[in-house]
Amino acid sequence: MAVHKLKTPISEEEVRKLKVNDVIYVTGTMITARDSAHKRALDFFKEGKEIPIDLQGLAVFHCGPIVRKEDDKWTVVAAGPTTSTRMDLFEDEFIKAFKVRVVIGKGGMGKRTTEGMKKYGAVYGAFTGGAAVLAAKAIKNVRSVEWFDLGMPEALWILDVEDFGPLIVAIDANGNNLFEEVQKKTEETRPRIYEKLGITAE
Amino acid sequence: MDIGSVVENVAVELLRQAVTKLPRDVKEALQRAHREEESDVGKTQLEAILNNVELAEKTDTPMCQDTGVIIFYVKAGAQAKGLDKIEESLRNATKRATIKVPLRPNSVGIFTRKNTGDNTGRYVPYINWEIVPGENIELTAFPKGGGSENVCALGMIRPGEGLNGLKKFVVDTVLNAGAKPCPPNILGVGVGGGADIAMKIAKAALLRPIDQPNPDPEIAKLERELCEAANMTGIGPMGLGGKFTVLGVNVDHANRHPASYPVAVAVQCWAARRASARIHPNGTVEYLTHKVV
Repeated sequence: MAVHKLKTPISEEEVRKLKVNDVIYVTGTMITARDSAHKRALDFFKEGKEIPIDLQGLAVFHCGPIVRKEDDKWTVVAAGPTTSTRMDLFEDEFIKAFKVRVVIGKGGMGKRTTEGMKKYGAVYGAFTGGAAVLAAKAIKNVRSVEWFDLGMPEALWILDVEDFGPLIVAIDANGNNLFEEVQKKTEETRPRIYEKLGITAE
Repeated sequence: MDIGSVVENVAVELLRQAVTKLPRDVKEALQRAHREEESDVGKTQLEAILNNVELAEKTDTPMCQDTGVIIFYVKAGAQAKGLDKIEESLRNATKRATIKVPLRPNSVGIFTRKNTGDNTGRYVPYINWEIVPGENIELTAFPKGGGSENVCALGMIRPGEGLNGLKKFVVDTVLNAGAKPCPPNILGVGVGGGADIAMKIAKAALLRPIDQPNPDPEIAKLERELCEAANMTGIGPMGLGGKFTVLGVNVDHANRHPASYPVAVAVQCWAARRASARIHPNGTVEYLTHKVV
């Protein structure tokens, strides 16, 4: 389980070296984006419109944070990851269009994203579900908030982060998917568990 | 003395305690899991959880951004005064805690699709009433996260399958849930009654500390067996693989109709938030799960 500290902008070459089960920490610029922000960014891209920030080499975090505004300054109070599978609809296109190198969330992502990551060079970093204060602690500054009309959780928050992690590389840029591997293995335990409990399969 | 305002203040405090600090038994179970987890990746997840729990305690911040839907359990002494005020007090407490703690607004109208913004709404906060002898009022705040709620399951199995059917249903529920409910989880299993009763006692079983087995040795054995079975899946912390998929299983039961065998599984994420207090008729308050600083 190798540990890597990455600084944005992260190159394609760098992410291609990462393997599933590696631990990474990200320092630099990260944005939050959930369903609506992904969709809008891709709509903008198709229409040839600029999005608020150049995402090449940056990290995107599936997160709807609790953010507090005091004296005109935003502070992130709690920022745990949301379930990433919802973004499977957009992520391969998103990586292709904007060249983000690290996608962060919880619960893993599916085949389409895995293929997209292999093709365009990105990894998926799993952040511990619910660890919202740990995440908030690594967020040093809210640089700005864009697309606030989408609501606080869905807006695009541009954040400065320091050693954001630990993130487990759960999808690497070589087509490996840790969640799928675990799922396959757990499925194989079913008959053994039944047997131990004395359950006869019909 | 105005019992309504005592209840309101205590409920605000209980919500704060619940979302910022885990009960002793859950924290100890997570610490034990961290010591004993054999998967490196699983260990990193438990370490992150424990660090996060420490930070939340220290900074008085919610340990998870999903502060759940607000549920209360009330054991109302039949002789207690002011019982008619409790519902209003708990609604007010929920609104106040939403701003003060803060809690994430998690109450959305089904037909309006609008978030009320203050965690109240139709049947929310939900209050589970129990009338007990005496004149005390015992309150439990139980904020329940959405991720684990989404994999709760009810099975109306065939009575002929009996206990084996129950065990199979619980194992299947855990396997189907996989990484989704932020494991390691706690399972409340309710068996018997009817569909509603099974789920109700399953959820209430989550109120029992996980280091307290069912007093009935037969059922305690079933709890251990289900716990071991769930951990044989290897789903592990956050579904990344490992020994600890569940921290504990609590079973409760009700008698059943001869033709029915309801089995309910209430799934709780690692952020197993609950806090209780007892209010005496003279207004003094005993906090039961958390020490007041």
